[in-house]
Amino acid sequence: MSTISREEVAHLARLARLEVTDDELDAFAGQLDVILESMKTLGEVDTEGVQPTSHAVPLVNVFREDQPRPSLPRDAVLAGGPDTVEDRFRVPRILDEEE
Amino acid sequence: MTKLNTYDAAVAAFEPVLGLETHVELDTATKMFCGCATTFGAEPNTQVCPVCLALPGALPVANKAAVEATMKIGLALNCRIAEWTRFARKNYFYPDMPKNFQTSQYEEPLCEDGYVDVVVEGKPYRVEIERVHLEEDTGKTLHVGGATGRIHGATESLVDYNRAGIPLVEIVTRPVPGTGALAPEVARAYVTELRDIVRSLGVSDVRMEQGSMRCDVNVSLNRPGDEWGTRTETKNVNSLRSVERAVRYEVRRQSALLEAGDKILQETRHFHETTGETSPGRSKEEATDYRYFPEPDLAVMEPSREWVEELRSSLPEPPRARRERLQAAWGLGDKEMQSVVNADAVALIEATIAAGASASGAVKWWLGELSRRANESGAELGELAITPIQVAELQGMVEDGRLNDKLARQVIDGVLAGEGGPADVAAARGLEVVSDTGALEAAVDEAIAANPAVAEKIRGGKHAAAGALIGAVMKATKGQADAGTVRQIILDKLS
Repeated sequence: MSTISREEVAHLARLARLEVTDDELDAFAGQLDVILESMKTLGEVDTEGVQPTSHAVPLVNVFREDQPRPSLPRDAVLAGGPDTVEDRFRVPRILDEEE
Repeated sequence: MTKLNTYDAAVAAFEPVLGLETHVELDTATKMFCGCATTFGAEPNTQVCPVCLALPGALPVANKAAVEATMKIGLALNCRIAEWTRFARKNYFYPDMPKNFQTSQYEEPLCEDGYVDVVVEGKPYRVEIERVHLEEDTGKTLHVGGATGRIHGATESLVDYNRAGIPLVEIVTRPVPGTGALAPEVARAYVTELRDIVRSLGVSDVRMEQGSMRCDVNVSLNRPGDEWGTRTETKNVNSLRSVERAVRYEVRRQSALLEAGDKILQETRHFHETTGETSPGRSKEEATDYRYFPEPDLAVMEPSREWVEELRSSLPEPPRARRERLQAAWGLGDKEMQSVVNADAVALIEATIAAGASASGAVKWWLGELSRRANESGAELGELAITPIQVAELQGMVEDGRLNDKLARQVIDGVLAGEGGPADVAAARGLEVVSDTGALEAAVDEAIAANPAVAEKIRGGKHAAAGALIGAVMKATKGQADAGTVRQIILDKLS
């Protein structure tokens, strides 16, 4: 019995905009279980008094002065998109029709 | 058709609770995490680089000026500045951010626990600030194919990333209960005060009509004694007046639903400037899950207390203290000063006085004739095509007796029409008080001859009757006489 349900996998896939088939839902649920089980090993380490780490390098207050630097040429910028109109990136409809 | 209660019935039965989220775009020279310029109105996609386009491997670095500006805002709003704070990723898929997340702050905002005091109809209200945090603005999307350029019904969207990554400060209030029927006015007063505070700091031009200040208005209703109700969030309310209207509309709409036994949906709503109505926006059936996590590419910030105190000591005089000082200096009563504030005329009057006008003269023009002109044209006072220096010049001409009020109004016509400064307009249009006593005396003699009965009354001591003769002289001189002088000549001749 998976601790990660098919519904949870489907939800995560939707949030990440990933298309997942029914078969894959089962497969991934099982695989995610294994991953979570493995991670549990880490929970056995005594972390009493240790601050949670979000950054691997011990740097603080890294700032940039407010000095403009050249931007990219527009041709190069637009070349990176699949489609452009009037110097803007063209993207499909954002909201579904029922929204 | 949406059912609405009258506002009075709504607030008689329900108590509103307000909440306001305000976004302020900082006017730094560069973006939040890269060196791209932030010039307003630049050609689409000309102020973008690998960082704000989220090209692989690009690394952001925080703009120190933006961090300082945010701390200044926090300090001016009486907040505590965090000793340890970091950025977080707010994950969502929407093409206005090429990264598919917005760099924001989550559990550790830069500033927390402040307040703003406002006075509405003589009553003080304290609006508590929950947090002030720093994030980045999104790109601009142009919706194509919909009826009105709105996102609904659009078939495709066109995106310009010049705005993506411009530093944005979000200021969130705690829920504000206890405002009763004055909820719309309190909401407006808070946003006005916030705008004035931020403007005084010189960190943003806070122009709602240009979108450098944007407001989301939360409203819920509850019956007295009950728990707070479900709130709605009306997005992108883009003028002070609209803040007031959006609150008023939601109070009327929600009260009608509640009285009919219906439930309020927790939802995002859009405000429509033309009708003053709100309509449902993105559905929130599936609770939004932004999966925030600490931004690994940006270093943690630990603002030193020396830095914080240095910023605190650099803060300008708060707008409220400034208003109190100016009110005393100008000799205005509370009500008159409130009119000045409501008309957004404090800085204009101050500048007019600095240009040499008397306080009473400056107040008279800005609150009187010029406010009327602004109202007529639907413009803000500051948008009128007349400068404080020109108003001071105009008032000087009135005080010197070169213009009377009627002529001065015609001079204003000319200045607003772009014909030049007051002296130029007066010269070009031939608007000048007739100070040639000979000409005035002749006009008075004519008026007396034409109105013998009136003249007789004045001779008999009824000086009030002089008005009819003054009117006749003014008409004869096309209004270009000084009424006081004319009156004196009439009385001299008839006594």
